[in-house]
Amino acid sequence: MTVIEARGLRKAYGATMALDGVDLRIDEGRIVGLIGPNGAGKTTALDAILGLTSYQGELRVLGRDPWSERDQLMRDVCFIADVAVLPRWIKVSQALEYVAGVHPRFDRTKAESFLAKTTIRRDSKVRQLSKGMVAQLHLALVMAIDARLLVLDEPTLGLDILYRKQFYDSLLNDYYDRSRTIVVTTHQVEEIQNVLTDVMFIDRGRIVFSCSMEEFESRYVEVIVNPEQVAAARALKPMHERPALGRSVLLFDLAGDLGVDRGANQKLDRQQLSALGEAHTPSLADLFVAVMSNVMSNQGTALDQGAAR
Amino acid sequence: MNTHSNAMPESSLGSQAPAVFSATRPMYWSIRREFWENRSIYIAPLAAASLFLFGFMISLIHLPAKVRAAAAVEPGQRYNLIEHSYMLAALLIMATTFIVALFYCLDALHGERRDRSILFWKSLPVSDLVTVLSKAGIPIFILPLLTFAITVALWIMMWMLSGVVLLGSGLRSPTESLHFSLFTMSLMLLYHLLGIHGLWYAPIYGWLILVSAWARRAAFLWATVPLLAIGIVEKVAFSTSHFAHLLGYRFSGGAGTMGSTATGLDAVLMPDQTVGQFLINPGLWTGFALTALFLALAMRVRRSRGPI
Repeated sequence: MTVIEARGLRKAYGATMALDGVDLRIDEGRIVGLIGPNGAGKTTALDAILGLTSYQGELRVLGRDPWSERDQLMRDVCFIADVAVLPRWIKVSQALEYVAGVHPRFDRTKAESFLAKTTIRRDSKVRQLSKGMVAQLHLALVMAIDARLLVLDEPTLGLDILYRKQFYDSLLNDYYDRSRTIVVTTHQVEEIQNVLTDVMFIDRGRIVFSCSMEEFESRYVEVIVNPEQVAAARALKPMHERPALGRSVLLFDLAGDLGVDRGANQKLDRQQLSALGEAHTPSLADLFVAVMSNVMSNQGTALDQGAAR
Repeated sequence: MNTHSNAMPESSLGSQAPAVFSATRPMYWSIRREFWENRSIYIAPLAAASLFLFGFMISLIHLPAKVRAAAAVEPGQRYNLIEHSYMLAALLIMATTFIVALFYCLDALHGERRDRSILFWKSLPVSDLVTVLSKAGIPIFILPLLTFAITVALWIMMWMLSGVVLLGSGLRSPTESLHFSLFTMSLMLLYHLLGIHGLWYAPIYGWLILVSAWARRAAFLWATVPLLAIGIVEKVAFSTSHFAHLLGYRFSGGAGTMGSTATGLDAVLMPDQTVGQFLINPGLWTGFALTALFLALAMRVRRSRGPI
C-alpha cells in the first residue's frame, strides 16, 4: 500500500524553489532516509507531507490531502520535527495527560513503560530536563501512538552519541513492526545506514537519487585501489574518486547508471574490482558525496534520467 | 524507579478506545492546557482578591464607627460609606482580569511560535479551529466566569468578616444595617461580566488573537499602532474622528447608547439596558461579526505559520 505519493510537488519561497518538482512514492512498511545538503528542501518536503505548509502539485498521504486535512491526518501520522519542540512549561505528567486527552490512538500505559526505562520524573517540567531527556520524552509520547506513518526531521540533532544510539535502537526494537512507515532526515547518515530500508537523496528541491538498501548493497562497490593499478581502475570509469591515507578510493556503480557509460560489452562485476584492491560496500555518506559531486559537475541530461528512475 | 510504577494504575484513564472518543475532548483538553500554560489566568485575580481582603481586614477596625455614622445619614449616602468597598473589590478584580485577558490574547498564538512548540501542537489531531476557539474562549467565557466566582467569594468573605466585627461590637447584622443585597449585586455582576467583558469586548480579543497569530515580533505594536494610524489619518484627511469614536464606543462597553444616569462606582455595574435591549443592540452584533472574522483569519494564518 502506498503511504506517500507525490507528483510534481513544488513550493516556492519568493524566487527560490524549495521544492522543484518532487516525485516520490513511499510504500507501507518502509524506513526511508531522506538525505540532502542544507537547504536542499528536506524540511520543506516533510512540512508539505505533514500539512504544515501549502504546496503546488499532487500530494497524498494515506489517501488524504495534508494541507486541508491536517487534523484528520494527524490521527494516523505523528512526527518529531526538530528536537526540543515540547513546550518548556509543561510537566511530564501534563504532557501524558494532554496527549491521552486529544489523541484517540495514544496508549498511555505504553508511554509510561517507555518512560520507566528513563530517569525522567513525572513531576518535572520540560525546562528542567536535559536535551537528551526531552528527546526521550518526545519519543516515548510518539511511540505510544499507534500511527501508520512516523516522520522524523533531525530527531537527534545536538544529542550526544549515547542518546542518539538509544533513540534509533528503541525506534527499531520497540516501535517498528513492518506495517508502520518511517521517514527520517538526518545529517548523521552513518548512524541510520543500518536502520533504513530505502534511501533518497534530495538536492535543490529535487529527488536526485532513490534506491532500496538491498539495491544499494548489491550495486555499489568501493575499492581502495592498489597504487600500481590506479590507472587501470580509472579506466573502468568510477562514479567518484577520493584520496584516503595516500591511496585512491574509487566508487563504482555495477549497474552503470548515473550517466556513467562504459559501453555495451563492459559490464563490471565484483571479482574484477576485487582484483584491483580492497573492495567493500561503501557507506551511504560516501555514496552521497559521490552522487552530489556528480550532480554538481553534471547538471545536464544524464542526471535527470537518473532522477527519473 | 519504583516511583514510576505508582503512576501505572491511573493510566487506564488515558487509554480509551477510539470508539468512545468524543469530538469535544480536544476542546476540553485544549482549554485545560491554557490553564497549565497561563497560570496568571487565575493567579492574578486571586492575588488581587487577597490583596483587597488584606486591606479590607485592616479597614474593619473602623467599621463599627462607620456603621454608626451611616445610621445617621440619608439612605442614599450610605452607599458611599460602606457598599463602596464591595464595588471597589469588584472593580479591582475586573480590571485585573481585563489586563490579563489583553496580554493573554496578545500572546495566545505568538508564544507557541516563539518557543517552537507549535510543531508539537500541530503534530496532534487538534484542528486550528479548535485551537483558536479554545484560546478565544478563555477571555470571552472563562475569565468573566472566573472573575465572577472570585469576586462573589470575596464579597461573601467580606460580608462574613464585617458581620463578625459588627456582632462583636454589639451592632445589628450587616445585611440589615447596610441595606443591600449580595444576591442582586452578584446577578448584576454576572450580567456585566458576561455581557460587557465577554461578549461586548469579544472583537477586541479577536483582534489581538489575530495579531498574535500574524506578527513575527512586537505583537503589541502591531495591535495598537495601525489603529492609531487609522485614527490619525482620518483626523488629518477628513477632520473627523469616527474611527476613534468607534474604538471608544467599544472600550467603554457601549456607553454611548446607554443613557448613563447613574453616577459613582455603581454606574460601572448598573446595567442601564435591559437584557433584551442589550441583545438587540446592533453594536453587539457587529461585534460578533468582527470577532468571527478576526478568529477565522487567525485560524487561516495559524495554518501556514511555523516557528519564528
